[in-house]
Amino acid sequence: MPSLKDLRNRIASVKATQKITKAMQMVAAAKLRRAQSAAEAARPYAERMETVLANLASGVSGSSAPRLIAGTGSDKVHLLLVLTAERGLCGAFNSSIARLARDKANALKAEGKTVKIICVGKKGYDILRRQFASEIIEFIDLREFKQVGFVNAETVAQNVLTRFGNGEFDVATLFFSKFRSVIAQIPTAQRIIPAEIPEGTKQSDAVYDYEPDEGEILEALLPRNLTVQILRGLLENAASEQGARMSAMDSATRNAGEMIKKQTQLYNRSRQAMITKELIEIISGAEAL
Amino acid sequence: MATFKFELVSPERILFSGDVVSVIIPSVEGEVTVLAGHAPFVATLKAGIVFVQTTDQNGKEFFVNGGLVEVNQTSTTILAEQGRFIEDVDTAVLDAEILTAETRLAGSHSDEDKKRLQETLVQLREFKHVFEQRKAA
Repeated sequence: MPSLKDLRNRIASVKATQKITKAMQMVAAAKLRRAQSAAEAARPYAERMETVLANLASGVSGSSAPRLIAGTGSDKVHLLLVLTAERGLCGAFNSSIARLARDKANALKAEGKTVKIICVGKKGYDILRRQFASEIIEFIDLREFKQVGFVNAETVAQNVLTRFGNGEFDVATLFFSKFRSVIAQIPTAQRIIPAEIPEGTKQSDAVYDYEPDEGEILEALLPRNLTVQILRGLLENAASEQGARMSAMDSATRNAGEMIKKQTQLYNRSRQAMITKELIEIISGAEAL
Repeated sequence: MATFKFELVSPERILFSGDVVSVIIPSVEGEVTVLAGHAPFVATLKAGIVFVQTTDQNGKEFFVNGGLVEVNQTSTTILAEQGRFIEDVDTAVLDAEILTAETRLAGSHSDEDKKRLQETLVQLREFKHVFEQRKAA
């Protein structure tokens, strides 16, 4: 049986924790609004880009097609680009992205392929490092940036393109969490090199005239597409992270409230029991006289 | 009048989406007017004004800087690297754009980047000139 002082201390500490989780929830809610509108605003551009690419891709298949769209012709070396958050305390957000990447990496290794991993975000790096220390070739830290933007996506895309140019890998897959709603974030794997053309995005199979010329346009479009897709991943991730943190902190606050209720009840009961005990002692002492 | 679907998107937002009669596009090789039924083509854009003629005979203008246009049988899409409503553009905005391009040019290392930025800069200066003349007229 804990003493009354112990109980009081315990209640006070749970109350302090509740205050922190409550504050974190409100901060996440405020940040979520901004992150969500940024993610939603970036969607149309990325989607139109995919459509245009899908329309063009059908015309350029063949030996002359750029390697970013046709691939290198082999799929021996896979690059996994894992986007996660820089901070924890957001439920299963980081671990679910890392799990998807881990499963993919294990499956590829079982097929005898070589796997290389680039981690963007500290949390994913921490999780994947345990199992894939030798596979991780780079860790990109975005902690100093309050709001991820086009510049960040461009840096990551440049990094990937340089490696691709050096022939360091054949296929690249992007891992991020798609923002559906505050309670639903879907960990997603998207192949970015060679560019993945989702079913049903193609609208026309016309033969295009190019101005200035096909090679030049695709040379400008394909790297840009990569940047846009990475940017979308980063923005969706930012919104998902805040959503996940908000709901995680909401349930933490609720759990703390429940705990406080139980502890307070226990505290009151034992206080009452003690008073009753003391009364009995006084009365029986008086009777004995 | 025959119309077609036209969309103008920048990375930040959709600037225009709807049925139009014609669109004038500033491609790198000169201005192109697209009407319904235009042959499919793809072109890169330079800094300039996109003029959109909607069904009710109203014209709308947008400023774009770089990007790509795709025309197919049913629709036309402009993916602009930068896009603004013409009302939001003034000399100060253009000066800021030119300054950004200049700083990026000074900071770039590869020859390819330099060439590209140089071109952008020339286009922007040219457009600023045209823009000022237009305002004066």
